[in-house]
Amino acid sequence: MVQKLEYLKESPSQTAGPYVHIGCMPNFSGIEIYGGSDLGRSMKTGPVKGEEITVTGIVHDGMGTPLRDAMIEIWQADAAGLYASANETRGKADPNFTGWGRSPGDPETGEFVFETVKPGRVPFRDGRLMAPHATLWIVARGINIGLQTRMYFEDEAEANAEDPILTRIEHQSRVPTLLARKTGEGAYRFDIHLQGPDETIFFDF
Amino acid sequence: MTENGQNRGYIARDRDRQPDAYTPGYKTSVKRSPQAALLSFPTTLSEETSPVFGHGLIGKLDNDLIHNYAKPGESAIGPRIIVYGRLLDETGRGVPGALLEFWQANAGGRYRHKKEGYIAPLDPNFGGCGRLITGEDGSYEFRTIQPGPYPWPNGPNEWRPAHIHFSVFGHGFAQRLITQMYFEGDPLIPLCPIVGVLKSQQAIDDLTAPLDMNRTLPMDARAYKFDIVLRGRRQTYFENRREGL
Repeated sequence: MVQKLEYLKESPSQTAGPYVHIGCMPNFSGIEIYGGSDLGRSMKTGPVKGEEITVTGIVHDGMGTPLRDAMIEIWQADAAGLYASANETRGKADPNFTGWGRSPGDPETGEFVFETVKPGRVPFRDGRLMAPHATLWIVARGINIGLQTRMYFEDEAEANAEDPILTRIEHQSRVPTLLARKTGEGAYRFDIHLQGPDETIFFDF
Repeated sequence: MTENGQNRGYIARDRDRQPDAYTPGYKTSVKRSPQAALLSFPTTLSEETSPVFGHGLIGKLDNDLIHNYAKPGESAIGPRIIVYGRLLDETGRGVPGALLEFWQANAGGRYRHKKEGYIAPLDPNFGGCGRLITGEDGSYEFRTIQPGPYPWPNGPNEWRPAHIHFSVFGHGFAQRLITQMYFEGDPLIPLCPIVGVLKSQQAIDDLTAPLDMNRTLPMDARAYKFDIVLRGRRQTYFENRREGL
């Protein structure tokens, strides 16, 4: 017998279920607690640096029906490309920007909204800059393990053209599923399709 | 990021140990599962960083579901329990300073949620949510009442085992995890299609909390132990050496 490798195994994921908001956004679901505000509803704690943007979108199932019970989280760098994280070693992120948000989706339309800033560029593992992007994480009833994707911006064509991840995608025709469309001044639309012909690219990071 | 092992990223998720997206026994997954393969990349800074939640966020009763929604002097109805354990990563290290959120039905299996229509009544003193931040060694503990099983529209006579939902942040967004805790000995566990998405008895056991009589408070509350494991960060022996040493 060789020596034993002593690793634990990641706990198995289970669906967040239809009532995820009770735990993660209780005030939204009608439970007045925690001083009345839900975590992640605001990504800004004061005046922020950079271009302020609003991202809206809908998560669709394989029949094109909007999910009205999903929870979407966003995690992104600030306008200078720095993360408001204990693991950020390159500098101090904008103190008025959390970089993290949570949206429940509208109970009728399913539309989620993030009031955020356009993220700056962050280096890939080899030091090349990635294009501006945000990480999105989607959980809901029927989703057994949270889906990881990224939102890039269609109006960053030059940066997108050299992004180490976008350029390595074999089916380039699917790249637009990761691009937020500009719909107005400071407004972007990012729809997510869980399944089917317009299926969003999901990652195993 | 650098060759000297400062940042080696996260250990890849073992998808053989995680449920698949498409699990037709759990009907809602049929139209909510991607059909294309996931695209694999090593983690970058975007996945190796994560929001920080300070202890200041947490109110005194946030980890006490028996009282955090109860009127003054009253408490929730049901079997009083303590749930405790450690948040670890795959290398066995405790994960300190991590936000855990949890939610559950009341003792009768009823959730406090607009879309829930089960005939079992709400408990006026029970909200069903709690949160905490793990201690220096990754340990955590909260008080609640044991949730009841509840019926759901999947098969014609489907009942969820008693369970508590957990949402877990680690130190990297790559570690983000939502899961469910079950209770030792519950005969509904092997019948449940959501438990059924798990690929092995080991995976089911990993989510099943044993009764811990040693931690049980006599004449007060029973205790269940539930450890949670997040993805591990790749490390090297030299990681903690200061430059020049």
